[in-house]
Order: sequence, then C-alpha cells, then structure tokens
Amino acid sequence: MNKNKIIELKNITMEYDGEQILKGINLDIHDKEFVTLLGPSGCGKTTTLRIVGGFITPDSGDVFFGGKRVNDVPPYKRPVNTVFQKYALFPHLNVYENVAFGLRLKKVSEPEISRRVGEMLELVDLKGYDKRGVNQLSGGQQQRIAIARALINNPKVLLLDEPLGALDLKLRKEMQIELKKIQQRMEITFIYVTHDQEEALTMSDTVVVMKDGTIQQIGTPQDIYNEPVNSFVADFIGESNILPGIMHRDRLVEFAGNNFECVDGGFDPMEPVDVVIRPEDIKLTPASDDALNGVVENVTFKGVHYEIIVKAYSDTWMIHSTKAPNVGEVVGITLTPEDIHIMKKSEVKKVNYFKSDLTEGSDIEQKI
Amino acid sequence: MRKITSKLYIALVFLFLYAPIFVLIAYSFNESKSRTVWTGFTFDWYVKLFNNEVILKSLANTLIIALIAAVVSTILGTLAAIGIYNMKKWLRTAIVNITYIPIMNSEMVTGVSLMLLFVALNIDLGYFTLILAHITFCVPYVILNVLPKLRQMNHNLYDAALDLGCNPIQAFRHVIVPEIMPGIVTGFLMSLTYSIDDFIISYFTTGANSQTLPITIYSMTRRKVSPEVNALSAIIFVVVLLILLIMNFKDIRDSAPKKRRKGGAA
Ligand SMILES: Nc1ncnc2c1ncn2[C@@H]1O[C@H](COP(=O)(O)OP(=O)(O)OP(=O)(O)O)[C@@H](O)[C@H]1O
Ligand SMILES: [Mg+2]
Repeated sequence: MNKNKIIELKNITMEYDGEQILKGINLDIHDKEFVTLLGPSGCGKTTTLRIVGGFITPDSGDVFFGGKRVNDVPPYKRPVNTVFQKYALFPHLNVYENVAFGLRLKKVSEPEISRRVGEMLELVDLKGYDKRGVNQLSGGQQQRIAIARALINNPKVLLLDEPLGALDLKLRKEMQIELKKIQQRMEITFIYVTHDQEEALTMSDTVVVMKDGTIQQIGTPQDIYNEPVNSFVADFIGESNILPGIMHRDRLVEFAGNNFECVDGGFDPMEPVDVVIRPEDIKLTPASDDALNGVVENVTFKGVHYEIIVKAYSDTWMIHSTKAPNVGEVVGITLTPEDIHIMKKSEVKKVNYFKSDLTEGSDIEQKI
Repeated sequence: MRKITSKLYIALVFLFLYAPIFVLIAYSFNESKSRTVWTGFTFDWYVKLFNNEVILKSLANTLIIALIAAVVSTILGTLAAIGIYNMKKWLRTAIVNITYIPIMNSEMVTGVSLMLLFVALNIDLGYFTLILAHITFCVPYVILNVLPKLRQMNHNLYDAALDLGCNPIQAFRHVIVPEIMPGIVTGFLMSLTYSIDDFIISYFTTGANSQTLPITIYSMTRRKVSPEVNALSAIIFVVVLLILLIMNFKDIRDSAPKKRRKGGAA
C-alpha cells in the first residue's frame, strides 16, 4: 500500500499494575484505510485504540499523526473521533443534542448545526428521531447515533471499539455493510476493533492480528487467511486443524502417520512443525489405501455445510462438507499439497513487516 | 384477621411517633399559656413569634449559615467525590471509610474537638466558626451522595466528552455534572436540613451574637416554655416535612424508568 501514512505507532508499551499489556506495538495506518485490530478478549485492542485516541499515554514508544509526535496531545486536540465499546451516549441529552454536541463546542451557528445534524441522522437512517431520549432507542439505533455523533465532527480517523458487539447477528451483518459504505462515502480512515474474525475479514483493507499485547501478523484479509504466519493466527482466523508434524525435507512433511507432499520449504531437516489444514479444504472420499482413513464421530448441520468430526490416526479432524456421511462410517481424508500449510512450531514469529517504515520513521523523529 | 392486626399495629406505631408533634402543633394554637388546659383557638403565638426579635434574628442566622454551609459543602463534597472516584482502589476505600467517621462520630465529640481547635487557633467563636463547623459535618453527606452517582455513570462518558472536543473543565460542566446532578441535589438538601437542625455541634462552636434557632429555643425553654416555642417548632416541623417530601418525590422521579409517557389516555 503506497498511500500516505497518517498514523504511526512505534514500539508502544503499556503496563497496568505491573503487568505488561502492550509489548512493543508497531503499526502504520494509511489514509482512507479500513484497519481492523483483531484478537481474543484481553489482548490489548482497546488499550491500543485508547492510545491512538489520546485517552492514555503509552509508557514508552511514540504515536505520530501525519509525522508529528502526539504523545502529549490530549484527545480534544486530536483529529480523531471514537465510537466507544458501549456507545457512551450522553443520557441527559436527546438524540439531536447528542449528535450536535461536538458542533456546539466549536460554536457552529445554530442553522448550520441543525442542517448537519439532519444530514447525519439521514446518513445513519434515523431521520425524525431528533427529540427521542437516547435510552428510548434500541441497541442498534444507539449504535448509529454514536456513529453520527462522532462523524459529524469530520474526523480524519474514526476509531470504533467493537461497535457491533451488542447487536444480534442479522443486525450486525446489516451494520457491517452500512459502516463499510459510510467509510467509503466519507473517505475517512477507520480503525476498527473486533474479536470477530469474520467481521474483520469481510470489512477490512488491513487486518492486524493481536495476541497477548503483541502483533502477530499484519496483512490483507486474503493474506491473513491464506498465509497465516503461525498456528495462532491460523486458528484464530477461521477454525483450523492443527496437527504436529515433522518436516523431512523441503516439500515433504510427515503427520498423522503418513508422508505428504506440500508446497512449503526452508525448514531444518526433521524439524518439528505445526501443520495447519482448513476444514473446508479437506475432501472426503471413500475409504481407500491411498487416503488417510478415519471414522466419522459426529455430524452437525451448520446451515450451508455440515461440520464433520473424524477420528483418524491419533488426531481429531474437523471437516466442512456439503455432503453428510453417516456416523460410524469409515471415510478417506484427501488433501492436495496446496491445502497443507506448514508453520514453525508454536513460536510467535517476529513480524518484520514494517522494517523499512521504521527507519523512515526515525528520520521524521529527528526532523521534529 | 392478621391483616387487621398488622394494620392496627402500624397505626399504633405512627400514633406514638407523631402524637407528640400533633400535641405540640395543637398547643401552638392554644389561647392559654398553660400546657395542660385548652382554653380556645388563637393565632396569637404565631403573631408574637414573628415580633420576637431574638427569635427572628436567630432564624436569620440559621438560614444564612445553613445556606452558606450547604453551598460550600456541596461544592467541596462534589469535587472531593470526583477526586476520590479517580483514586487507586485501596486509597479510595481508605478515604471513603474516613469520610464515614464524622457521620458515625458522636456529635458531642465533634463539637468539643472543633471548639478546642478553634480556641487553640485563636479564632473567635462566632459566624465563621459556626459555618466552618457546619461545613465539616455536611461535606461527608455530599460525598456519600455523589460517589454512587459517579460509580453508576458509564466511565466512558468523560472520554466521550474529551473525544468530542471538550477540555477537562468543559467535560466536567457539560457531561459529569448533569450526570451526577441528582446526587449533588440530594447532598445539598441533606446538608441544608442537617445544618438547620444541628444543635450539639453549634452549641460548642457558636458565639454570643451568632446563635442559631435550636440554641435560642433551648435557652428559651430553660427559663419557661413559652407557647411561642410551640408555634416555632410547628413551623420547623412543617418546613422539614416539606423538604423531606421534595427529596422523596425527587428520588421516585430519578429512579422511575425514563420511558415515562407524557399525558394519559383520554
Ligand atoms: N485501566 C486498567 N487498569 C488495569 N488493567 C487494565 C486497564 N485497562 C485494561 N487493563 C487490562 O489490560 C488488558 C487488555 O485490555 P484491553 O481492554 O485492551 O483488552 P481488549 O483486547 O480490548 O479486550 P476485549 O475484547 O475484552 O475488549 C486486560 O488484561 C485488562 O485487564
Ligand atoms: Mg476492548
């Protein structure tokens, strides 16, 4: 991505009560990009977002906005606005006043406020709700008011902390599309926090996968899905079968009691590795001597596909298929070399992704 | 049967609680100075009361002191509550417990120790010491009313205010204060009532010119109970009752669900 960087986080660390919550976060965010911070609960997503918003100051490391160090710039002087995890609408103000709040502070004229609030309410599809109290709104409506209240200030960057977390599945899907549309129409940068991998994959330009205060991988949704750098990412992005294996040589791996051809290389001979295989990549075939055979233990209908649990060798496999075998049936598990992803053994890979940016950044630092 | 018994019981309890006050109110309208014989209905004592300079002056003292003490303690208490709310947990617990001490402490002890302090500091007992003393015992009530409101508040509201362009002072004014207003008002009203009502602490910290109503009444009854005191007590009772009603009404309104409908079905 060659667009200009508007936010840079450099070696951010943060400690709470003697516990290291962020352990050196390096992240670049580009203009008009939809970046998603994805990771399990407690991995430091909200903390990272709060550092970008200016609500907390990192213990060490720097935050740059447009090349300027902003560590000590308070939130009200940063060109970002936030949609908080629980919306944080002002209960003592009605919908209109909530949305108008930012403009009121900037002493915008009354007719202009009225016009822009109207526009915003129309944008979020809540025209005519002006006089409602915010507690009289449904979760989805409150959520949209929170977005309107943030967007009306024309931020360069919008921070969203699990904005759809409290909504039911159907509404969440609708809002995902709505948010993506808003982001494209208004041409602003979104930094979006979620622990829902599907949400991250469908909405983002760039996904940042986090775990325990470190970034595991940064990439496009396709990169992250197809080329996870380690078994954590692989497992977190969609369910995966992760099996212990041994790399005999380049493009030959042993697992589940068999040797398989694969497409990866660059490991030491006989190096123990994690073998990652997506449930939807596996083909079920009739049992035969050429395939890895196993016994069907369980079949669950999941709407589009069946989730099939097969016990083969000493491993339990999860397989997605549109056809359902019978429980107890012996089936063959067939894999092509492209379906087999080899990962370094459970070691968290150092992400070298932004090496070049880092040196560039230190230049900026010196100029300031 | 049980229902009737329990109702009777409640009636008896209330009778015992309120009988003295009703007797007092009744006698404030009694023509005779006697406290035992009813000779006829009169407003005389009320008229006399409002012509009694000593009583009027101490009434004015009481109200002025109560108002100043309540306003100052509301401001101090609210700021203190916000400070306490933002403290580390162990410190917060410690301070909240310390806050309870003036409330739990015997008023006698508070009064005497305040007097000793003022004397030691060479401050003349009078309006100033009285106001200081009243602020001392009112502040905890404000803190203890405001703190729960802060805890109930979504703590992201303050961040949201900053996010939308408020500096910390504007965030306080536009967001925090409206959110905790019910607590502030209750704290203010409690300070007002406790200050008006206080006798013991005032007794130790007042000077000759700054006597409050309870002290004046006390010194009047020491000589001979004038029916004027009955009239005055009746008025005080009604005023306190009104304040209590307002506070309760406000509580009900605050805790009522926000989705009240305007008007009723025709
Ligand atoms: N103010 C705080 N004081 C102490 N610890 C904190 C504070 N804020 C966050 N933490 C801790 O930091 C860690 C990361 O928190 P954070 O809120 O960033 O997680 P998250 O990734 O947003 O999780 P979730 O998906 O549950 O929102 C957690 O272990 C949390 O307990
Ligand atoms: Mg969070």
